[in-house]
Amino acid sequence: MNKPLGKLTLKDYTSDQEVRWCPGCGDYAILKTVQKLMPELDVPRENLVFVSGIGCSSRFPYYMNTYGFHTIHGRAPAIATGVKLANPELDVWVITGDGDGFSIGGNHMLHVLRRNVNLQILLFNNEIYGLTKGQYSPTSQPGTRSPSSPEGSIDAPLSPCAVALGSGATFVSRSIDTEAKHLTAVIKRAHEHHGASFVEILQNCPIYNDGVFEQVKNKKTAADFRIELTHRQPMIFGKEGEKGIRLNRETLELEVIQSAGNEDQLLIHDETNKVQAQLLATMGGEHFPVAVGVLYREEKATFVDEAYSQLQKARGTTGSLDKLLRSGHTWKVSN
Amino acid sequence: MKLAEENLGEHHLDEKEVQDVVVRFAGDSGDGMQLTGANFTEATALYGNDLSTFPDFPAEIRAPAGATFGVSAFQIYFGSEDVTTSGDALDVLVAMNPAALATNLHNLVDGGLIIVDSGAFSAKNLAKAKYAENPLEDGSLDAYRVMTIDISKQVLEAVEPYNLGHKAALRCKNMWTLGLVMWLFDRDRNPTIASLGAKFAKQPEIAEANIAALNAGHAYGETAELPSGVHVYRVPKAKVAPGTYRNITGTTALAWGLIAGSELAEVDLLFASYPITPASSLLHELAKRKDFRINTFQAEDEIAAVCAAIGASFAGTLGITSSAGPGIALKAEGIALAAATELPLVIVNTQRGGPSTGLPTKTEQSDLNMAMFGRHGDTPMPVIATSTPGDCFDVAIEAVRLATRYMTPVMLLSDGYLANAAEPWQIPDTSQFEKFPVQHHHDAGTFKPSLRDNKTLARVWAKPGTPGMEHRIGGIERSFETGDISYDPANHQIMTDLRRDKVQGIAADIPEQEVCLGETSGRLAVVGWGSTFGAIHQAVKRARKEGVAVAHIHIRYLSPFPANLGKLLSQFDSVLVPEMNTGQLVRLLRADFLIPAEGLNKVAGQPFKIGEILAAIHQQIAAMDAVEDVEDVENKEDKEKVS
Repeated sequence: MNKPLGKLTLKDYTSDQEVRWCPGCGDYAILKTVQKLMPELDVPRENLVFVSGIGCSSRFPYYMNTYGFHTIHGRAPAIATGVKLANPELDVWVITGDGDGFSIGGNHMLHVLRRNVNLQILLFNNEIYGLTKGQYSPTSQPGTRSPSSPEGSIDAPLSPCAVALGSGATFVSRSIDTEAKHLTAVIKRAHEHHGASFVEILQNCPIYNDGVFEQVKNKKTAADFRIELTHRQPMIFGKEGEKGIRLNRETLELEVIQSAGNEDQLLIHDETNKVQAQLLATMGGEHFPVAVGVLYREEKATFVDEAYSQLQKARGTTGSLDKLLRSGHTWKVSN
Repeated sequence: MKLAEENLGEHHLDEKEVQDVVVRFAGDSGDGMQLTGANFTEATALYGNDLSTFPDFPAEIRAPAGATFGVSAFQIYFGSEDVTTSGDALDVLVAMNPAALATNLHNLVDGGLIIVDSGAFSAKNLAKAKYAENPLEDGSLDAYRVMTIDISKQVLEAVEPYNLGHKAALRCKNMWTLGLVMWLFDRDRNPTIASLGAKFAKQPEIAEANIAALNAGHAYGETAELPSGVHVYRVPKAKVAPGTYRNITGTTALAWGLIAGSELAEVDLLFASYPITPASSLLHELAKRKDFRINTFQAEDEIAAVCAAIGASFAGTLGITSSAGPGIALKAEGIALAAATELPLVIVNTQRGGPSTGLPTKTEQSDLNMAMFGRHGDTPMPVIATSTPGDCFDVAIEAVRLATRYMTPVMLLSDGYLANAAEPWQIPDTSQFEKFPVQHHHDAGTFKPSLRDNKTLARVWAKPGTPGMEHRIGGIERSFETGDISYDPANHQIMTDLRRDKVQGIAADIPEQEVCLGETSGRLAVVGWGSTFGAIHQAVKRARKEGVAVAHIHIRYLSPFPANLGKLLSQFDSVLVPEMNTGQLVRLLRADFLIPAEGLNKVAGQPFKIGEILAAIHQQIAAMDAVEDVEDVENKEDKEKVS
């Protein structure tokens, strides 16, 4: 297969491996979206590397006809950092889930984000452990009944986007498994970003946590429970755009208001405002919509670029092993 | 075998010419004993003695002044014959305060020389060292030669012209003491003067004050009235092979060996590590060497370090990670991933006293079991060990060779003693090294991820970025035929056997086991691995001088063992295995070769003494003699019965 880059299609990015997710799994939709997007990225296929940990989502690399590495539980960000340090030309994608990325691998997620390693992280959040048969995860809602929490889980869940922001991520976004158009746009933006790009994808697990995002996904309710963020646009939602988001400047809390007549009070989305991004990351629940789109972005030096600029400086003169061995004090012994 | 110690019975300081001497500089952490030792070492190397050194510092970064747990020491053993340990007992003890005297006196030979700074023997310092009486006055040091000098006062006088202030002036005490010890052994002060000039280039008055103190200490030796039997000692030069030499620590040699390995393999290295005592210095040394084909990465934890190294290896660079025991334990899952995916990886374990935090600054070799077996699944891996500071260079190159040639993780075992110990090292001629260039696969036409070399069984190394070879690897069992995921039972058997055979096959690619001292058969072989080399070597040498039929065998390749090792060991009536653990190699030898090997075990955080191994050799021989005597009697009785 030596087709020129522009001629590649979804098929060229599909491996010959049989996909083994459960029927109806949200992962299928994400896979298709990513495979479809690949030809548009202008990246030679041989430079694409998908690295994953363990879990349902982490089978993803096997199905991509690119370079791929299915590694160990939680460690994909660390392995991907090594890949990128070894060869900064590679376009590296980390595929992970809520358990892999924020439970066993939480530490690596924190550090890959704060270092700002130039790669994309797609976090499939289904709020449950799928591959181990349905235990609650660190993003499960309190009270989640599962084989390991028959009376309901008692852990407070974390918000992946909020934690990413807290870790110093320079690109934080959220989308939905089956919203192909939105997901494509968000992943594309993530890819364009120079630095660690974090994409939380709300993903339905039809077996162990079916319908957990129903409010946000169902066409009947989505308008009231989802708000699509657009940079420099007012935050409005509802079937007719009749509702909006306002910041109460006294309590520093978000509020839902009528948009009509309150245009001057509507919050304007600013992708570069980190404080606002934090508020949006945790927004949701019974009374608020869930924010999707690019929550935050900032331009910042990336780890691998900095590492290579130090390397280049050091390699201004190539080291000579012989000289190194003879550096410092030496002495000669003759016959 | 029970650990006992034989006094080597040497009273070195009775003569004007002595064959070898052990000097220990001991003082407070802030007294600059390591710098003093390093300068004395350099002067001694330049003088032409063979030597070995061992810095022994406390775990506390800044212990309270005068505390026994804050004593920092530097020991040097030098002489006219090959020196391979830092010495059993001390001939000269420099004690800069009561705590240094209290913690080191038990190692001084009778008649040994103590140099003390009486200015530091205040009531407060004596109390901190738990002395009820001042040992300089109560007669408890009568068995030794003692030079009681108010060094603090001498130094303040010597550096007075430089107006340093009291505290800064007293910091020159170590150089004054060094000057005196240099006089004692007729060492040249000029290299030290030059290095002080360079070290304090920006503070010339400090440099001058230190040099003045050094000279004053030397002058004191020349002019002061000394205790009887204290004079300048001559230590004849050692006969060493011609060549260019330098002093080298195990850490430096290991770092440079990895660099040499990368040049010989023609591959870039990524050294990913997380700080841990006593392994961190390797990261420090390599972080300075980015002008070579090396990059370093301080990861967020031990697991991330091994994983970043594996990621680098996947991308076509050789990943290396390094730690001490507890950190290596954390890396175990990653190491097994490298074994499963057949990616090259070098893991350096600078062993320390365990378990858990154990004795972080003290040496031990108790991670052999972990190196051999400390992974889930059937996960074989080559294990090699360094034996001397200089040997670290060669073993590091070998680790790179094995990892890249066999596409396997390789465990390199060093330890805290080797990392910090130093010895003169003959600088090798790098142009004579044999290259082993890495071949990344480039032929997309023939490529599949399961492709392997029929001889080495090594899997193909295909770099991301190469067109037409896009492929996936991972931790799930891979098909022998295609490299794709396979849950097929027969395939798992094939792959498990393959992983075993690949590592075992390395036995055909490493040198046969040699006997490093003595014959290839006989009554007793003392078998060691790692940093016990020096002590075993000297003990066997001494025993052989006494006429004992004993050989020294030192094993570098612990997994797989050299092909001839079993046969070689079976040629000895008995095998003694000294180890700084409770008997890890000895169990392997017994299990693999069904020989009744005996262990000699020490886990005191300190290296073996020559006298301890010598005692064990004598015990072993005596036990064998006793058995043979009984057998002789029985044979005689049997014969009588028959007749």
